[in-house]
Amino acid sequence: MFHVKHYAVIVIGGGHAGVEAAAASARLGSRTLLISLDTDKIGVMSCNPAIGGLGKGHLVREIDALDGIMGRAGDLAGIQYRLLNRRKGAAVQGPRIQADRKLYRLAVQDALKATQNLDLLAGEVVGLLVKDQKVYGVELAGDVQIHADAVVLTSGTFLNGVIHIGDKRHVGGRMGDRPSVRLAHQLGDLGLQRGRLKTGTPPRLDGRSINWDRLEHQAGDEHPVMLSFLSSVPAVRQVSCGVTHTNEKTHEVVRANLSRSAMYGGHIEGVGPRYCPSIEDKIVRFAEKDSHQIFLEPEGLDDTTVYPNGISTSLPAEVQEDYVRTIVGLENVKITQPGYAIEYDFFDPRGLTDTLELRAIQNFWMAGQINGTTGYEEAGAQGVIAGLNAALRVQGRGPKTFSRTDSYLGVMTSDLISRGVTEPYRMFTSRAEFRLSLRADNADQRLTQSGIDLGLVHEGRAHAYHRKMELVEAGRADLDALQLTPTELQARGVKISKDGVRRSGLAVLAIDGVARGVLDDLAPTFASLPEDIRQQIITDAVYAQYTDRQKVAADALQRDEAVAIPSDIDFRSISGLSNELVVKLVCNKPATIAAAKQIEGMTPAALILILARIKRDGVKRAG
Amino acid sequence: MDTIYALASARGRAGVSVLRISGPLAFETVRGLGVETLPEPRRAALRRLSDETGPLDDALVLLFQKGASFTGEDVAELHVHGSLATISAVLRALSKMPGCRLAEAGEFTRRALENGCLDLAQVEGLADLIDAETESQRRQALRVLSGAIGRRADGWRRDLIRAAALIEATIDFADEDVPVDVRPEVNALLDTVLLDLRQEVAGSRAAERIRDGFEVAIVGAPNSGKSTLLNALAGRDAALTSDVAGTTRDIIEVRMDMGGLAVTVLDTAGLRTTDDPVETLGIERAVQRAKQADLRVFLDDGNPLSLGPIENDIVVGAKADLTGVGVSGLTGQGLDQLVQDITKYLQTLSGQSSTITRERHRLAISNAIAHLESAQDELISKAKDEVAAEALRHGIFELDLLVGRVDVEDLLGEIFSSFCIGK
Ligand SMILES: Cc1cc2nc3c(=O)[nH]c(=O)nc-3n(C[C@H](O)[C@H](O)[C@H](O)COP(=O)(O)OP(=O)(O)OC[C@H]3O[C@@H](n4cnc5c(N)ncnc54)[C@H](O)[C@@H]3O)c2cc1C
Repeated sequence: MFHVKHYAVIVIGGGHAGVEAAAASARLGSRTLLISLDTDKIGVMSCNPAIGGLGKGHLVREIDALDGIMGRAGDLAGIQYRLLNRRKGAAVQGPRIQADRKLYRLAVQDALKATQNLDLLAGEVVGLLVKDQKVYGVELAGDVQIHADAVVLTSGTFLNGVIHIGDKRHVGGRMGDRPSVRLAHQLGDLGLQRGRLKTGTPPRLDGRSINWDRLEHQAGDEHPVMLSFLSSVPAVRQVSCGVTHTNEKTHEVVRANLSRSAMYGGHIEGVGPRYCPSIEDKIVRFAEKDSHQIFLEPEGLDDTTVYPNGISTSLPAEVQEDYVRTIVGLENVKITQPGYAIEYDFFDPRGLTDTLELRAIQNFWMAGQINGTTGYEEAGAQGVIAGLNAALRVQGRGPKTFSRTDSYLGVMTSDLISRGVTEPYRMFTSRAEFRLSLRADNADQRLTQSGIDLGLVHEGRAHAYHRKMELVEAGRADLDALQLTPTELQARGVKISKDGVRRSGLAVLAIDGVARGVLDDLAPTFASLPEDIRQQIITDAVYAQYTDRQKVAADALQRDEAVAIPSDIDFRSISGLSNELVVKLVCNKPATIAAAKQIEGMTPAALILILARIKRDGVKRAG
Repeated sequence: MDTIYALASARGRAGVSVLRISGPLAFETVRGLGVETLPEPRRAALRRLSDETGPLDDALVLLFQKGASFTGEDVAELHVHGSLATISAVLRALSKMPGCRLAEAGEFTRRALENGCLDLAQVEGLADLIDAETESQRRQALRVLSGAIGRRADGWRRDLIRAAALIEATIDFADEDVPVDVRPEVNALLDTVLLDLRQEVAGSRAAERIRDGFEVAIVGAPNSGKSTLLNALAGRDAALTSDVAGTTRDIIEVRMDMGGLAVTVLDTAGLRTTDDPVETLGIERAVQRAKQADLRVFLDDGNPLSLGPIENDIVVGAKADLTGVGVSGLTGQGLDQLVQDITKYLQTLSGQSSTITRERHRLAISNAIAHLESAQDELISKAKDEVAAEALRHGIFELDLLVGRVDVEDLLGEIFSSFCIGK
């Protein structure tokens, strides 16, 4: 055996979860090691070359607000920017980019190399070192052990990964990578609740064989909105995507070969996401539709590969070629890599605490796809939570948790740990009940200060944030000092009824359809601010009207979240609880009253009994 | 922290009913009910409660200060006359107070616990009680939901899920193959549900009456034979009858079955002007109660009254034993006809009843209506989809008890089964 090294935190896996976890832990000042099968593949985008979107864009902004990597790396690689829902309200706008795969991967690797306290290591982790239900390190293939005070596992789709193309299958973590089998075994032996999920990806096309002239094109936004709060303009040349459609002929080919699809041929047991159906699924489930849209997305500036978004499949390779060639513009297309489906293990996230630490084993966190989620953004966001908390533990500091009321990070954590997953979990804005206050535009206002307080945010960003907030507050104060009567406002062309109410400048600019500059002569400070700051002030004011209403509900929830249920509570000994509830409580182990409330069948009376027990135990402990 | 209120004594007709208000605005709320001088804490005092429609009741008001109350917060107890009409009226007035809402099941106890006012043993003792309460509420909800209201609620649920899913689809899947303009369909769905909900509220009074009983007041001058009539109807000596005018000072209630409907017949003080302050008070209260009843039977003996019949009220000649026409409690003359007339009218009323039966339901539906209307307004006239979605969510939340909880998974399920999502 080699000599044993020691790190504060080890992160296993260099996917999007692992990258953020390692970076967060290192930013917090803990000596961190990131181990991945192949360090050149750190930051690889396994599937579509896009980052952000609705809900997902919100997550990217939150990662960025905590000084994570995804937003900045994305902006260095963005070859097309689109703000989704541009015409709707700011609360439901999500920034999205098309990324140059290679540039993204390199930007991530550069960011890691520039991070202090962080080492990278290529290798396969084959086991965790566990003693007394505590993790103290990892074992690598080749009989190497490395010790650590905390370990974060982010092995993605690699655990017992099986790749399906038609009726052919082979083991693999993703195309071109071997799976993690030994580690999967050991985790199984630890008694963790395991499940099987699947996801798919479309064939990749050679862009030089596409007849672009026959296609519609979709360009990016004229005024690109960046992923990161620190970026201002795209870093590289911008491109457009092609748009085409499937047709009756395509559907015929697919229908005729359904039995040869891995999924329809019954070769796959895992559950796939409803929102990411394969072309087989689309044609079976929506038989009445005679055409489906496909976006042809370039994978990079100096890369001829094209990602046809909308036709993921697990049909045999030759059928893939047949159906793709029925599509306008793709008549002579060459497939460079066939589409495939992948099945993999995940662990029931209900076994995790609200910092994503495993309850069964101490000092061990899990983040990313292994928890049943899908998507880079979901993985990255969990990485931040897990890496941050692993480092906090090692440093002997209290945990940092996120709430449904302050972030999508909180929404995702709470959904995962209290409800578990039945299909790969993806973020949507509709999952956030406080959507009007959890906006992409105010992620920094919601999170950055807490990141600064923790020491998670580097000086440059902290400075930029403080500077921004000074301007925002100056502008707000300027507008707040104004008191305008309806008559004065009407004289300025503001459409308003004569209700005799004096309004502050903020309230005026929050009214629908009022021009941004209408009070500029009265509010010189506000008038002199940069456009983006002015917009921020107005957006905040517009939503303040509704967020006041949300506040009551948010306060109630926060109160419930603040009441922790000790992990050693014995639900069985609480008389008055029904057996059914005891079973659910024992197996769900809610960490707070808020989590207990989410359990199906929970009654107010039962909550009161639990509360009473917490109080009594609390008194005993204190006494 | 909200201020909460609820009926603390058992529901149903009783001599006295206790309404409890707890929270920072508890005392303020009592003031809001027209009580100008609050009694000293822990000293009961008689006060007149009123709202903008006029007096509600004369109630015993009892205040407990923060730290010395059941919940640990400022608490006010209102001991009101235990008639259903009075309780409903006061609850309704409370629901309009700012910062005040109906307590959730077990919420008083929970506050008591959080404020350290109960120990575990007490709570465990109470839990049985609450269990009984919530269990019976649950059973009641189930019972109600399994019948007519259940079928209606299923329809609302379907429509609301569909409406919410349509809006959410255009928000969360903006870059997918989803319909661009869902407004007409959402609007139509909301119209349908709103129409039903408004009908429910309109008919809720009758429904409440079917459950709790209709009130019929016998009105007449002193000594016009009201009490004798009541006794004849009830078949026992319910009211104290004598020849001395003004014997019936308080309101006497007798519950009976008329044509299958539960009916409470009220015998009110004889209406006349008098110098006796106690009797004056009785008369005022009689007028008030008579006005609130579902039907009034006027015994006309030719004397002028301070209260006149309104549409559908029944006017009959008093003491038919002496005059030969009308009704007589003494001889039973005209009694059958009177009972028939009363029953017929009450049956018409009950025919208009809606399926909701509780003040809690009515309140929830009224709130839901307000939210759904605002959702329509935000969507159609302001094109603020995300705000409309929020209002719709609040509306559904209010209807939770009736339609069951609508989870985000329900919305996603509807979206994924209706539209082909996934690029
Ligand atoms: C075929 C396919 C299709 C997909 N389709 C979609 C889609 O349509 N939409 C969508 O949003 N997302 C999709 N995804 C998911 C997306 O790629 C993942 O959600 C995301 O990459 C998960 O990030 P992660 O960090 O959890 O894991 P990964 O990105 O999978 O990274 C795992 C990392 O762990 C390393 N590793 C694994 N085991 C070990 C070990 N034992 N020792 C050392 N290192 C190890 C690997 O080398 C790898 O670097 C798809 C993924 C695949 C593979």
